[in-house]
This record gives sequence, C-alpha cells and structure tokens, in this order.
Amino acid sequence: MALHIMSNEPTIQVKNLAKVYKMDGVETVALTDVSFKINKGEFVAIMGPSGSGKSTLMHILGALDLPTAGTYLLDGQNVGKLSDDALAEIRNRKIGFVFQAFNLLPRTTALENVMLPMAYAGLPKNERQNSAQKFLEMVGLKDRMDHTSNQLSGGQQQRVAIARALSLNPSIILADEPTGNIASAQAEEIMDIFQKLNEEGHTIVMITHEPDIAEHAERIIHIRDGRLVEDALNHK
Amino acid sequence: MNFSELFWDSFKNLSVNKLRTGLAALGIVIGIGSVIGLISLGQGSQLSVQSQIESLGANLLTVSPGAPSSGAVRGAVGGGTTLTNGDAAAIAASPQVTTIQNVSPELSRRSQVTTGAANTNTQVIGVEPDYQSVHKVEIAAGSFISQRDVDSLAKVAVVGPQVMSDLFGDGSNPIGQSIRINNQSFTIVGETVSKGGSGFQNQDDIIFVPLSTAQKTVYGADYLSSIALEAKSQEVMTEAENQVGYLLLSRHKLSDPAQADFRIFSQADILNTAASVTGAFTSMLSGIAAISLLVGGIGIMNIMLMSVTERTREIGLRKALGAKKKTITQQFLTESVILTFAGGLFGIVLGMIISLILSKVTGIPFVLAPSSIILAFGVSVGIGILFGWYPANRAANLQPIEALRYE
Repeated sequence: MALHIMSNEPTIQVKNLAKVYKMDGVETVALTDVSFKINKGEFVAIMGPSGSGKSTLMHILGALDLPTAGTYLLDGQNVGKLSDDALAEIRNRKIGFVFQAFNLLPRTTALENVMLPMAYAGLPKNERQNSAQKFLEMVGLKDRMDHTSNQLSGGQQQRVAIARALSLNPSIILADEPTGNIASAQAEEIMDIFQKLNEEGHTIVMITHEPDIAEHAERIIHIRDGRLVEDALNHK
Repeated sequence: MNFSELFWDSFKNLSVNKLRTGLAALGIVIGIGSVIGLISLGQGSQLSVQSQIESLGANLLTVSPGAPSSGAVRGAVGGGTTLTNGDAAAIAASPQVTTIQNVSPELSRRSQVTTGAANTNTQVIGVEPDYQSVHKVEIAAGSFISQRDVDSLAKVAVVGPQVMSDLFGDGSNPIGQSIRINNQSFTIVGETVSKGGSGFQNQDDIIFVPLSTAQKTVYGADYLSSIALEAKSQEVMTEAENQVGYLLLSRHKLSDPAQADFRIFSQADILNTAASVTGAFTSMLSGIAAISLLVGGIGIMNIMLMSVTERTREIGLRKALGAKKKTITQQFLTESVILTFAGGLFGIVLGMIISLILSKVTGIPFVLAPSSIILAFGVSVGIGILFGWYPANRAANLQPIEALRYE
C-alpha cells in the first residue's frame, strides 16, 4: 500500500504473464509470456481479434481471475497471491469496471446502482448517497437518478456504469468493449467521458476490437494468439 | 451494508416473483400451521381431561381387585372377585385407617336396560348412599339411593340424564317411571345432574341401584368391582393409600405387597396416565406435522437454489464490484429467513384458526401457550438458516468470472 504514493512506480506491471485453461484434461493456452507496464494517468487500449486472449488479460487485470504463471503487480501489490476475499477488496477499491453489457442491477435505480460498491466498502449511507449523486451529475444523469435500469437507454446505462466505476476513486478504470452494445452516436458520448476522465488524471485500460474506438486511447497494445505483438503510442 | 438495508434488499428480491415466493413459503405456512394447531389441540384436550377427572371428585382413591390368579393362569386386572363388602366395612371401621372420611363399595356391570318401547346398553352400578358424596353426584329430581333402599333390597334406580333421554326422550319426568334391568323391574326415584363430557367414561350414561339389590337380586355376586374412598384432604392421599393397602393385605392374609390381589389408584395416578396418553398422542401428531415442515424446508432450499442459478450473473457482478463471500452468504440467508419467518407468521395464524374451529366443533377448550408461538418462530427461522445455508454458500462460492460469463 505504501508503494502507492511512489510516483515512479507504474500502476500496472505484468511480467511473463501466462494463462492456461484446463478443461476435461485438455489444456488451452490463452496467454503466453505477456509483459508490460502502465503508468498512472495513461489511457491504454488493448486490441485483438476474438479468441486472441484479450478478455483473459482483462479478467486478470481486473482481479477476476488469477494467472497460471508470471506476476501481476497493481500499485506494487502482487495480485496473483491473494485470497478470494482479498481479491474482492482489490476489485472494490482499486478497479472500476465498465462492462460491455453494462451489468446494472435490474429493478434498481441509477442512484442505488452507483451506491452499491460503496456499500461493499462499508461507507455510511449518506456519504454513499452524496458521492453517487455527484458522480451521476458528472456523467450528465442528474435528472435520471431515480430511474431504474430498464427505464434508461443503452448509453445512459453505460454512463451509470461509469459513475459506478468512479465511485470509490479506483487506481484504474477497466472497460471491456464499453461501446459494444451502444448506438454509435451515444458511443461517441461515452468516449468523450472517458477522454475527459483521462484528462482529469484517471488511468484507463480499455479492451476493444474496434479501431475507431481504440483511436481515442494514447497507447494501443495488440494481442494475437495469446501473445503481445505490438505496444505503441497512438499519435492522434 | 447494515441490517435494514440488507432486509429491504432481500425483500425487494423476493417480491420480484411473488407467486414463486408465496408457493415456497406455503410449505412453511402449512407445516407451522399444523404443528401449532395440533399442539394447541393437544393442550386443550389435556386441559379438558384434567377438569373432567377433577369433576369426578377430588381426594378420590379407588381400590380395584387385582388380576384373579388360579395357579399359573393370571387374568386381567379388575376382573377379580377378591374385594368384598367386608373389606369396605373394615376400611370404614378400622382404627388404623385415620385418613379416609367416606367409603363407597361399588359393583359395576354393563347391562341391557329396557322400557316398554326403548332399550339401551348402559353402566349399572350398585351403590350405597356414600357414593353421592365420594363422587360428587348432584340430584336434579327426586333423591339418591338411601340406606333404607340398601337395607330393604329395594328395586329402585337413579338414572343419568343420558339414559333418561335414550329411554324416554328429552324433557319427560322420570320419577315413578319403570325400567327393566336384566329383566327385573325397577322404579326410578331420581335423576342426576349432567356432569357433561364425553371422555373415557361418560358420567351421564349411568344407572344407580342399591348395592344389596345389585349383588343379591340382579347379578348374584357377593363381591365388589371397586371401592371408592374419599380421603380427608389432598395432602394425606399417599398416607391413605398406605393405610388402606396394609389393612387389605392383612385382611387378605398376604405378607408380600408384590402379591397383592388388589390395586389402589389415586386421582393423581389417573390424571397422570391420562396426561401422558394425550401427551404421547399430541407429540406423535406433532411429529407427523414436523415432517411437513421438513418438506417445506426442502421446498425453500429448492427455490433458493433456483434463485441462485437464475441470478448467477447478478452474483458475479456483485462479486466483481467487491462483495465478499460473507456478504453474498448474508444476502441469500436473509432472503430464505425472511421467507420462512413470514411463512411461520402466517402458519401461526393458520394454526390458531384451525384450533379455534376444532375447539368450536369438538368442545375442547382453546389453549395456545406463548411458548409454542415462540417455538414456532424459532423453528421457522431455524429452517430458513438450515435450508438456506447450502444455496447461500453455493452463491458465495461462484467464481466472479464464470458468473459474469453466464447467460
């Protein structure tokens, strides 16, 4: 935790990462020898065709899954060696997820959805309510706070999800195909929000297979057949 | 997340599928309902047996003949001929027996009783006047058997209200009417007040005749079927039992109490026996009802497992957002406990309605001990935890990544 404040330490540091799935005795290699660093404040897109292993990488970065080999340091902490509950705490405090399918709780208002991670963090109710309102305002949903998820459009739901991801001020915002289920006009609005967040200093890691979405990032990592094939700055 | 938030969250989840939630809780409603209903019914019947036995006379001791034994053959208890009028007289007269205030020798048989038009099979008891005070018999019309009736072998009878209505119909005047017992004509001289009740011995379906008449004229028997004794107080019952026991042993020339050819029951013995019989009956029925609770619990488990499967994605999301195992377990356990607690609540109401209706129909008093309500709540919460545990743990142990992928 103390390492967090050392400015020269990268936020994400993966080294020789590998992931092998075993199913019915058959081994499937999803990632092989992937290494990279992401510094605080970067906006990185991870690209690759389907089956390339980019989703596996995203699950490991999100502490949803553990690597078979290699190390993953998040804020200097080795995530590969933690218990289920410790991983839950990492996901809660350090990672803000934005999913392709939004993944809001059904029959639950936008405000309650944004409050949920803060509830798991143990914050008192009024504090949760105040910050949830603040973040919903920030993504432009001030007048939609009491709408349930099924009363919102795809773009609006994704903005709720972004507010939810921001609610505990995480080290990284991890977005998995954030515009995959959204009409293109609204997709631009979502990308504008990400860009604005990045300008405010948030670290954003975004998985996508769409080149024009990846264009919003300042650095693009290409994955193919479980290997890192290209890691280059994106000159806009 | 504090408890009230957890509660409202769970409540909201349960109200999504109201029909399913209701059906799941119904098993608990029926289970708790039948247990409460049966316990209440059992307690009610225990109370009614108790009050009925008490109405037969407090401080009552009954001496019955022991099993008749001839050589190795031993007959049924109560069928013997070892109690005599002399025994009864000795108890009344003996200076060693200081605790008995009234002695009632009795000869009781079931007999066919007829009038010109009707007939019935009823209990005929040969009695002496003391019977009235020992057994607290009240006379509605006429008078009870007198000493003069006994001395003169009078063919007179005092009848219970049930016999009256069986033989003559309701509302007729019994005094002076004639009935035939074992083909001998008797004149009715009195009718008793109804003691009510339809327990193991109906005190209204009964005919009293003088003991001497019963022994010599009707049945040709020189023995007694029982001697009822009224002790001076409740406190001396045990002492009275011992005094009478030793007197009879010496009269019957027996030295070993184990070989006694008579038995002495106190009212307390009968009360205890009746209580243990109804108690056993109640617990057996409650046991059967408890099985329906078990089935209800399995229903809850089934629904909760279904709910876990249905909400796999939601569970995955909650874990991705930082919910720990404990949090997920708590959430699902709260849901199942709310389900069973509500089921228990409605079950208690249902059980009370059932036992109220039954007590109206059967005349058994309505009793519901607060302890059984507390027990019912405890049991329903327990079932929620017990049968919710496995589904809740299954939810808590879902891998977030598998759960999120689940379609």
